Amino acid sequence: MTTDKRTTIDAVVAELRDGMTVGIGGWGSRRKPMALVRAIARSGLKGLTIASYGGPDVGLLCATGKVAKVVFGFVTLDQIPLDPYFQRARQSGAIGATEMDEGMFYLGLLAASWRVPFLPTRAGRGSDVMRVNPSLKTVRSPYGDEEVVAVPPIKLDAAIVHMNRADAGGNAQFLGPDVYFDDLFLSAAERRFVSCERIVATGDLLNEGSFHTLRINRSMVDGVVESPGGAHPTSCEPDYPIGESWLKDYVGSAASEDAWAEYRAGYVDTSEAEYQRAVSGR
Amino acid sequence: MSEVTRAEVCVVACADAWRGDGAVLASAFGVIPTIGARLAKATFEPDLLISDGEALLVANALAYGSKEKQVEGWIPFRSVFDTVWSGRRHVMMGATQIDRHGNQNISVIGDWSKPAKQLIGVRGAPGNTVNHATSYWIPKHVSRTFVEKVDMICGVGTDRGAADLRRVVTDLCVLDFEGPDRTMHLRSLHPGVTVDQVAKNTGFYLAIGSDVSESRLPTEEELRLIRDTLDRRSVRDTEVRA
Repeated sequence: MTTDKRTTIDAVVAELRDGMTVGIGGWGSRRKPMALVRAIARSGLKGLTIASYGGPDVGLLCATGKVAKVVFGFVTLDQIPLDPYFQRARQSGAIGATEMDEGMFYLGLLAASWRVPFLPTRAGRGSDVMRVNPSLKTVRSPYGDEEVVAVPPIKLDAAIVHMNRADAGGNAQFLGPDVYFDDLFLSAAERRFVSCERIVATGDLLNEGSFHTLRINRSMVDGVVESPGGAHPTSCEPDYPIGESWLKDYVGSAASEDAWAEYRAGYVDTSEAEYQRAVSGR
Repeated sequence: MSEVTRAEVCVVACADAWRGDGAVLASAFGVIPTIGARLAKATFEPDLLISDGEALLVANALAYGSKEKQVEGWIPFRSVFDTVWSGRRHVMMGATQIDRHGNQNISVIGDWSKPAKQLIGVRGAPGNTVNHATSYWIPKHVSRTFVEKVDMICGVGTDRGAADLRRVVTDLCVLDFEGPDRTMHLRSLHPGVTVDQVAKNTGFYLAIGSDVSESRLPTEEELRLIRDTLDRRSVRDTEVRA
């Protein structure tokens, strides 16, 4: 028998510490591990560095004061271009930022995952990404004259991702159009956690998708949480699309302190089971 | 057929940006560039690759907002980066600010360390502009966008190592980078727009030669495709009003 890695949302959050660098999988408003993000948001954690292809995960953690710094190429809710809480946190100077080209971000995760000191790219050259990241270095090709940007590893203390299916051992499956960079978030991290719509028997993993969808194997995972609806209000195709009206409510909650207090009480400072009950009616 | 709208002129101006590109990924941000790329593929540039904005390459003349896709390939975000870095792509991006060399900003307004306004972030603009052909679409040509100096250089301009800046299409005109020192130059005015109108709404010195032509109108076939196939619901009019 392989090791049973099934755990709970609260047990995952209990493994995190103040000041950790946490990578969050998904892309914008797509397949974000929102159940785990909500649990972090209502925890006592603080001072986190969040690395993310950012969506409402980044915004919610900014709104609840969990964030010291964000490592990002963008933060967007897609149909709604900007996240109000991330904007507010940046504009008030409440958080630090490491901003880079979204392809550089990919190479940073890959460098951490491969345990190499950097990966070369042309991306960033000539842009103000070099100005706002003064520690970023360029390197001359040892085979010619070209100067390229040396992207350092984005090393993560922990990574959280949400998948469609997984087995108890941590083999995990995406059934939608794109795995995004979830496998690299896990590979770049010390502690690796997957939430999923449903935990299935290993023998059932190929019932819904081909073996190409088994991009994440159990050597990349320390804990698996079954969390149906766990990406909501982001999408988890084909299980469910983006919850546009819920994202609108989230954005609308930035209108006043009262609106935020109401949103927070209803959708953040509540158990995941209560959250799912609250959103199932619409 | 009813009179050609400004939005339709913009659609063909965007489509023309991809003319001659062959088998490259045509990526478009915005409604009118999206329809423009699909129009180019459906007419004079059939080898273009068009994505659905998620992860699929689509072979058919896909209507705006439609899910009736004939899939011809799979291009998840990781493969998009492979394509960007291979150079086989021509993107048309937006810009909150752009200067006369084509340096573009979509990240912040004001000081980066504590911005007056946080925008979406640099996204892929730095990597795009040093790796492959780039054009821009500005649905509202105003001097607040066309600035002397951008607050944060995301997409790099012709003076900072851009690989291949092609066109800037706006609701008023088409610009290229054939001015002195590869600066922005007025290529054509949309019908009904004057040189003064463009100059007044541009916050930097724009190269204007004696060769300014009028932007071309869509052909009968192009109009039919835009109106009856690619954008039956006239979403284009929400971006550039008639």
